[in-house]
Amino acid sequence: MAKVRGAIVVDVEKCKGCGLCAVACPSSVIALAKEVNGKGYNYAYMANPEACIGCANCAMVCPDSIISVYKVKLEANA
Amino acid sequence: MDVKDIIKEENLVYSKSKVLTDNIMHYCPGCTHGVVHKIIAEVIEEMGIQDKTIAVSPVGCSVLAYNYLDIDWQEAAHGRAPAIATAISRLHPEKYVFTYQGDGDLASIGTAEIMHACNRGENITVIFINNAIYGMTGGQMAPTTLEGMKTATTPYGRRVDLNGYPLKITELIAQLPGTCYVTRQSGHTPAAVRKLKKAITKAFENTGKNKGTSFIEVVSTCNSGWKMPPVKANEWMVENMFPFYPLGDMKDE
Ligand SMILES: Cc1ncc(C[n+]2csc(CCOP(=O)(O)OP(=O)(O)O)c2C)c(N)n1
Ligand code: SF4
Ligand code: SF4
Repeated sequence: MAKVRGAIVVDVEKCKGCGLCAVACPSSVIALAKEVNGKGYNYAYMANPEACIGCANCAMVCPDSIISVYKVKLEANA
Repeated sequence: MDVKDIIKEENLVYSKSKVLTDNIMHYCPGCTHGVVHKIIAEVIEEMGIQDKTIAVSPVGCSVLAYNYLDIDWQEAAHGRAPAIATAISRLHPEKYVFTYQGDGDLASIGTAEIMHACNRGENITVIFINNAIYGMTGGQMAPTTLEGMKTATTPYGRRVDLNGYPLKITELIAQLPGTCYVTRQSGHTPAAVRKLKKAITKAFENTGKNKGTSFIEVVSTCNSGWKMPPVKANEWMVENMFPFYPLGDMKDE
């Protein structure tokens, strides 16, 4: 069975740390960083990157449109 | 597989619409305005109508929407967006004209303009952001504020005997023969975002077909005005707003 792996890129300096992406993620990939960005927000990051399936749910609900989503299909025995 | 092997141009499946500018939005973290801007941008990009769309922005937090959506805009006086949109749509019948208005703008000071534009069946789309409060001015009661809801001007909760009933203006507008499509949506989950995108697409298509007024209410949050964190505000909306403002189509002709 082909398995998928995904990854997201958060534009850290534009992230306002609202956390809506983390709630929308079906795989509990996203957490808010303990560190803050230049504006003082705890930005979103992939705390659990192996679990990402590239579904884009996080990006769809992001009010600031700062998440890009990547996805690859893995071969059965990869 | 390493994350850096996944993050490659050829594997990109979702990114910001090109119709959105690179400006950082001034909205509070988690504000629904940003979600709706994104969906409008995606619809405009997918329909290929970027140079044929003219929007009218309101007075309210989204007064600066023209900084974010890379289309033609006209700013209107408070509540008067439907009047300006009427003129633009009549002068440029080939354009896709829409207004973007909050509930203070549309359901309070601009009640006359929206009612008559919809009743005349102006060939426009209306995007109505109902967050049940005046966001920009500091969270005062709006006509749409729920009974019992605390705002800056109803610190003990809205009282019907004193402040009147919350106004379901979308239900009123659905009665007007000038409207062809009236729906109530939201944007708090991926599923809701997909539905809202379908609704905005249908509305813009109606405008392209000269069918009259399409009206989309988006039940929204104003977490700053509601004095809640963004995630909590979405939960509060589902629990309290949706029972009074139920989602779904009211009219589709
Ligand atoms: C003629 C006039 N009256 C009052 C105001 C003050 N004012 C600015 S925004 C606003 C209400 C905005 O609320 P809403 O339309 O719900 O938009 P939101 O900010 O919540 O998105 C008011 C009353 C004004 N700018 N002009
Ligand atoms: S793409 Fe899907 S699985 Fe990956 S972080 Fe976003 S919501 Fe989670
Ligand atoms: S005050 Fe409310 S409506 Fe205005 S940007 Fe903040 S959350 Fe959004």
